[in-house]
Amino acid sequence: MARAVSTRTKIGFSIAAWLIALLIFFPILYTIITSIKTEAEAIAGFDLIPSVTFENYVEVQTQRDYFKPFMNSVIVSVGSTLLGCLVAIPAAWSMAFAPTKRTKDILMWMLSTKMMPAAAVLVPIYLLFRDSGLLDSRIGLTVMLMLINLPIMVWMLYTYFREIPVEILEAARMDGASLWNEIVYVLTPMAVPGIASTALLNIILAWNEAFWTIRLTTTDAAPLTAFIASFSSPQGLFWAKLSAASTLAIAPILIMGWFSQRQLVRGLTFGAVK
Amino acid sequence: MKLRTLILGLCSASAFALAARAESITIATVNNGDMIRMQKLTDDFTSKNPDIELQWVTLEENVLRERVTTDIATKGGQYDVMTIGTYEVPIWAKQGWLLPLDNLGADYDAADIIPAIAGGLSVDGKLYAAPFYGESSFIMYRRDLMEKAGLTMPEAPTWEFVADAARKMTDRAADINGICLRGKAGWGENMAFLTATANSFGARWFDEKWVPQFDQPEWKNTLDFYVKLMNDAGPQGASSNGFNENLALFQQGKCGMWIDATVAASFVSNPKDSTVADKVGYALAPDNGLGKRGNWLWAWSLAIPAGTQKADAAQKFVAWATSKEYLALVASKEGWANVPPGTRTSLYENPEYQAAAPFAKMTLDSINAADPTSPTVKPVPYVGVQFVAIPEFQSLGTTVGQLFSAALAGQMSVDDALAQAQQVTTREMTRAGYIK
Repeated sequence: MARAVSTRTKIGFSIAAWLIALLIFFPILYTIITSIKTEAEAIAGFDLIPSVTFENYVEVQTQRDYFKPFMNSVIVSVGSTLLGCLVAIPAAWSMAFAPTKRTKDILMWMLSTKMMPAAAVLVPIYLLFRDSGLLDSRIGLTVMLMLINLPIMVWMLYTYFREIPVEILEAARMDGASLWNEIVYVLTPMAVPGIASTALLNIILAWNEAFWTIRLTTTDAAPLTAFIASFSSPQGLFWAKLSAASTLAIAPILIMGWFSQRQLVRGLTFGAVK
Repeated sequence: MKLRTLILGLCSASAFALAARAESITIATVNNGDMIRMQKLTDDFTSKNPDIELQWVTLEENVLRERVTTDIATKGGQYDVMTIGTYEVPIWAKQGWLLPLDNLGADYDAADIIPAIAGGLSVDGKLYAAPFYGESSFIMYRRDLMEKAGLTMPEAPTWEFVADAARKMTDRAADINGICLRGKAGWGENMAFLTATANSFGARWFDEKWVPQFDQPEWKNTLDFYVKLMNDAGPQGASSNGFNENLALFQQGKCGMWIDATVAASFVSNPKDSTVADKVGYALAPDNGLGKRGNWLWAWSLAIPAGTQKADAAQKFVAWATSKEYLALVASKEGWANVPPGTRTSLYENPEYQAAAPFAKMTLDSINAADPTSPTVKPVPYVGVQFVAIPEFQSLGTTVGQLFSAALAGQMSVDDALAQAQQVTTREMTRAGYIK
């Protein structure tokens, strides 16, 4: 039975939710506001109502080309996600439906690779990339990002798959479904929200990854993270231009997140209620 | 016969196509006004060298440093020209990571490079990087506020005068701080300023046997003086102020004096951004009568990594970007005031430049007053004015910088900060094998 909630409580919760949402969104909002300030205003301090200028966007576009790093970001984030799905879905399936004694250990071990600071393996990875000719290549970066995010993908998919009752799969088998049919017609439709939210989250993580994408690229494969980094300066004012570059860089992913939020929320809370 | 002719023809055509294809060189650089201007002017280079194509990688200073260090140490060969500072050049040259610049062309006139700058970029008499712009540090002050305080800034003031003027100029009610100095922790932030200042107080990082000297009275005098002065006449929250924060404060008219890089002169005197553009005066960095001034020496320079496959094209580019002709090119397009300063003696003899840049003479005098091989009063085993050119210095400088920044913020006493600095530095230098 639903609990009766008074209007006053509802309003209270709504206000609290809005405040928390504003708090979380504020850094992005302030970046956008800063991008339409002049450089002098940007560093002068906190000010919500600036003189509106689009000079920074013009300056950013004339200094560097936005399109090439944008395309690189799209290619490496979508590419690494697709590649990751190819590996993570079968891996998570086997762990969820055909677990062994060591499955839990393997899962923990996979996650433990995320606990190591990236800088610790910079030189070995750099040497591997150098020797295999993958430095500053989109293929190299795609594989790297896929490997970085793979533990998270497997973990997420594993938890989603675990929520799917084995009995349904058994029933399919009773009806004579082959393994292929079982995966394609029974498991996949039920796991679509989980797979979609994993893929979306992975695209966001890959889009925002700033350690390897800057360090393994120079000109040809440099994505938007490198584009943003190029506007920071030790001597001279750059906050407004940096904010304009950041706004341009996050805009696509922000819009994508906005439109897919229903899918994301559904996927992230999938299995929370039985 | 026909087939042979066809094959030969194809071979020669493809060889021609390969030869005609432009060779592409990748240049790693920092994001500052002079470098961006250079990127806009590269048509001049490519029209003279149609067989060379330029690719730019621009990064923030610290990211760039880390990025090019990884590449050069692993011989990754991702860059053909690198923008590096006076700190890296001697260390990297000794490691064999840089190519000597011995093929810059007959008309390059290397002798015209300001000797203090060339000295910092050479090892065993060989130039390993060509300076793109050079800088020292000096005092920028508000002439109107100085006058209001009833004082006249000498051309070469003492620290005593600066401290006295700073206290007199301070007007907390009007939000005016007598002096703005760096406080943000970092080897290239507060430690650049404090190491240079310490030189003028007779302090040094190490004695001739590499023993740290933070337990000596000279360092205590330096840090006591700095912390007291900043408490009395510095801005709020100074321990998080670096170059950019102080630049903003000065431009908004909130600083009476600011001691920092000479390159800042072009920012504070630019009426577009600065509210005090017409009220700025310049003076040499202060001294304490010990024969050394508290100014530093730095040059962003172009170097060629030993791993490059395109050394000839890279040398051509370096020669173009650091030539006298390049300075004239910038002057013709953007005016003499925008010419990258601090690299060539002939620029300072040019009457047009002297007229366009009121800070020109002061910049040259400041650069000439710094001696990287003998930075302080007592002898030292290292090279570098505001840094110690050893690989360990980046981490040591930043650790000590954090302690001094904490002392400025009042989180620890000056004595504690110095004692800890001495302890940490002694430990690290012993570990690194400098102290036997």
